[in-house]
Amino acid sequence: MIPTAFDYLAPSTVDDAVRVLADAGEDAKVIAGGQSLVPVLRMRLAAPTTLVDLGRIAELRGIRDDGDALVIGAMTTHHDVRRDPLVATHTALLRAATDTVADPQVRHRGTFGGALAHADPAGDLLAPALALEAEMVVCGMDGRRAVAARDFFVDYFTTALRPDEILVEVRVPKHTGWGAHYEKFSRVAQAWSIVAVAAAVQAEDGVITQARVGLTNMSSVPVRAHAVEDALVGRPATVESIRAAAELAAEGTRPAGDGNADVAYRQHLARVLTTRALVTAVGA
Amino acid sequence: MRITVTVDGTTYTDEVEPRQLLVYYLRETLGKTGTVVGCDTSNCGACTIHLDGHSVKSCSVLAVQADGAEVTTIEGLARDGELHPVQRAFHDNHALQCGFCTPGMIMQTLDLLADDPDPDEHAVRHGLEGNLCRCTGYQNIVRAVRDAADRMRPGAGPAAERLADDSRQMVGGE
Ligand SMILES: Cc1cc2nc3c(=O)[nH]c(=O)nc-3n(C[C@H](O)[C@H](O)[C@H](O)COP(=O)(O)OP(=O)(O)OC[C@H]3O[C@@H](n4cnc5c(N)ncnc54)[C@H](O)[C@@H]3O)c2cc1C
Ligand code: FES
Ligand code: FES
Repeated sequence: MIPTAFDYLAPSTVDDAVRVLADAGEDAKVIAGGQSLVPVLRMRLAAPTTLVDLGRIAELRGIRDDGDALVIGAMTTHHDVRRDPLVATHTALLRAATDTVADPQVRHRGTFGGALAHADPAGDLLAPALALEAEMVVCGMDGRRAVAARDFFVDYFTTALRPDEILVEVRVPKHTGWGAHYEKFSRVAQAWSIVAVAAAVQAEDGVITQARVGLTNMSSVPVRAHAVEDALVGRPATVESIRAAAELAAEGTRPAGDGNADVAYRQHLARVLTTRALVTAVGA
Repeated sequence: MRITVTVDGTTYTDEVEPRQLLVYYLRETLGKTGTVVGCDTSNCGACTIHLDGHSVKSCSVLAVQADGAEVTTIEGLARDGELHPVQRAFHDNHALQCGFCTPGMIMQTLDLLADDPDPDEHAVRHGLEGNLCRCTGYQNIVRAVRDAADRMRPGAGPAAERLADDSRQMVGGE
């Protein structure tokens, strides 16, 4: 189908984008890579009166080293995240998850910021952002503020972004030297996660010193498996200790049941995939 | 809104509605019907083109987003009446039945080969993940891509080399 008619604005700075977004009123929408939004417009599930395109704003693109964190511009494409040597070295979990997103064509257009702002509970970049304790830098008429990942994801397709705010960049703390893996379960190629697990582990002399585990599609928002993380610390980096900890992966989760998986099956998947993700992450 | 786009080497300036999808601009405004629409969900990849050197699904890009960009479609691959080596390889390996997925498959193959000039079977299947074929079962498509890689390898012969160089420029490399 053809989208309903809208006005189109393509500002070239963040300040201009925020201003035109506020001026255009509440039926305005931001467009980034368009890989979620254009399909939605085509189905006429949304009918914004104005689209504000962030694609011409150079300051929103690129990845920089900022000491203890990497700063990833919201408009950096999945393709560029996958290719970036800083991402591979310091936030290997993000690299692993981005590898599983969609297909090459979609990764050439779709953006890191767009995926986070879209906040699809099956989206693959939310759980890694949560597990790595990323911080979203957002900008609105009142200026910039930082929002921790755990506060950013509010509900299905809903974030802490206010109507006049755009996501500018994401600070991802470095996890240099940590083992990492993203284990995704889906039925066919280029499909969304039924459940997926993001794991990053730091080990010293065969003993786990720190662990981060994030779950995709186990709730309306990404969730941290804190019980698993706590059970791993101080344990040997072996399959046995991972299996024992992964038993706790579904604790406290309330996933939705749908045509792909009911609640009990999703919880089963969370335990199995957590084991696999951790085993690969530590190389056990 | 007025846009200027270079498509298959020719520059066009046109007035378009912001809601016009790039694929319909190519097909209906420019008459480049080689690029086809196979779905309404951004899944099938039949509409794949290159936008500034990278493969994209042209049904999922607004024409206004392509303002100032360089587009290559399936119609821009042949040179002097000679099929591009990838087109040849698809033909010779019977990599199509109805042919509807073929323009997108070939455009995505070019993107894949620019990235990985010698992909193994797994890499081919992974690289074409965003392209669906309802007819062939993919076996001959995989065969054709690996054959195309052979034909485009430097030293594969003067004709192939010339075409391979052109195509490398066209897809912009990585
Ligand atoms: C066939 C297909 C398969 C896919 N498979 C997967 C998959 O397996 N895993 C996965 O994670 N994703 C998948 N995706 C989605 C993909 O990751 C998208 O890139 C992503 O969801 C949205 O990014 P975008 O830049 O295209 O955003 P857009 O589509 O442009 O925008 C999405 C939403 O976010 C808002 N928005 C975007 N950027 C900002 C910003 N900077 N500030 C404020 N609001 C903003 C928009 O207003 C819109 O509401 C798939 C998409 C397709 C088409
Ligand atoms: S027409 Fe199916 S992906 Fe574009
Ligand atoms: S040949 Fe018919 S869809 Fe591929």
